[in-house]
Amino acid sequence: MSAAGIAVFAALAVIAVAAGIAVFVVDSMARATFALALSFVAVGGELVLLTLAYLGVVTILMMVMEMAIMVIFMVMFMMNPAGLMPMSMLHNKRGALAISVGTFALLAAGALAVPWPARHGAVPAPAQTTRAAGEAIMGGQMPVMVGISAVLFATIVSALVLAVPHGRYDHAARDARSLHDRGLHDNARHGGTHHDGTLHDGGDRR
Amino acid sequence: MTAVQVAAGWSVVAAALMVIGAAVAAGALDAAVDPRSRTVSLSARLLRPVWETSRLLLAQRRATTAADGLLATAGSVLPLLIALAMVAVVPLGDRVVAAPTVGLVWFNAMDVVLWVAWWLAGWGPNSVHPLVGGYRFLAQALAYELPLMFALTAPAVAAGSLSVTDIVTAQKQLWFVAQMPIAAAVFIGAVGAFSLWGPFAHPAGTDIAGGVLAEQPGPARLLVRLGQYALLVVGSAMAVALFFGGGAGPVLAPWAWTVIKTAVILAALVWLRHRIPVWRPEKLMRAAWLVVLPVTLLQLLAVSILAAAGAAA
Repeated sequence: MSAAGIAVFAALAVIAVAAGIAVFVVDSMARATFALALSFVAVGGELVLLTLAYLGVVTILMMVMEMAIMVIFMVMFMMNPAGLMPMSMLHNKRGALAISVGTFALLAAGALAVPWPARHGAVPAPAQTTRAAGEAIMGGQMPVMVGISAVLFATIVSALVLAVPHGRYDHAARDARSLHDRGLHDNARHGGTHHDGTLHDGGDRR
Repeated sequence: MTAVQVAAGWSVVAAALMVIGAAVAAGALDAAVDPRSRTVSLSARLLRPVWETSRLLLAQRRATTAADGLLATAGSVLPLLIALAMVAVVPLGDRVVAAPTVGLVWFNAMDVVLWVAWWLAGWGPNSVHPLVGGYRFLAQALAYELPLMFALTAPAVAAGSLSVTDIVTAQKQLWFVAQMPIAAAVFIGAVGAFSLWGPFAHPAGTDIAGGVLAEQPGPARLLVRLGQYALLVVGSAMAVALFFGGGAGPVLAPWAWTVIKTAVILAALVWLRHRIPVWRPEKLMRAAWLVVLPVTLLQLLAVSILAAAGAAA
């Protein structure tokens, strides 16, 4: 990696760690969420610099999307329902600190202590690294992964099909059902009145 | 047509200026075809971007109580920045600012950053109507994003590459729109959806006083509106590169063909703006996941079979 490359790598590393720390320093759910997103984006940038362009950009894509969904749930489930008031992000401070420092030390020790394999052959062209990463991850498992992905997707679709007819927003079907139950189906289009203008006897029987 | 080449470094500035210029032109066209302003003379309508810019720059600054200034600012500037980040991988004729091997994934990642941008524009001001708009956008994004991703996958499979320049080159024989019309239509629709345009403008709906735009003070609102038009421009240009053969065409130079084709798609999007009713997220979700997504997957299956048959032959 060139000197400029190393400088960018170092800058992204600092951003990743600083944004990670910011998650626990800021007092707003939204800021914490997007500080975490920024941290992941910086990590994605590191992967791009390591010539793993596909993995890097996909990391950015997945993590940003994930954080956008996560912020909904964070705001929804936290103690302060509107989420607009400041609140501490820290609970069980000592335990969390011990776990975080322990995990960091373990991973850093692993990164430094593991005997990394030497590169075989020449540096592959950028387009080849995408294929190589795909084959390293999927390789022999490709038929299994393709099969599982079809099953997973079919599961999502069937769950949706099962959920949708009775869904929260299914007004049309629900209105039709309740009208049918009350025997008003044919009169509904007349606004609950007969042609002579008198109110239908079921019109106000709610 | 020769292969697409990476242009000189200064082309970053040129590309940005072209996107902004095209965005202003799209704004003028939008004013010209807006059915609500038929009573205004055409010349006055065509100059609307000028009036709007000066009005918004001179507008009095407003502040909401306990707004999150940092996040609100991010929400205002991100749409334009994302459009400019996208255009780096979109070729103009036979030139492109950057030709990464994963340009298509880059475009997709940037459109996902819009999830954050529009939600932040809603969250930042600490006000009810923008907040509702921000959540509406995320519901809408869940509806359009998967069809968009599979629509992007189709040209990549056909070209056997994630590089936008390779995808343009692969259309020498036949434009991909002929092979995958559904993917092309879904992509152009998704461009409207991530730009909060026309039927997809529910997050900025009039029923919530402008939603994500409601509390944007003058200059910030100008940036957001400019970003919206810039996203339409870049999305149209990307559609040209992915499905309409890029700069391919007779007589004229490749860059001219890119501009002409982009202008046609952009004009269609602008013209349709006020002519289709707005879709609520739950209706959009039903259509997107029960109809558009399966149809897009079938399209992808057809493209994959054709690609496999082509590779075997």
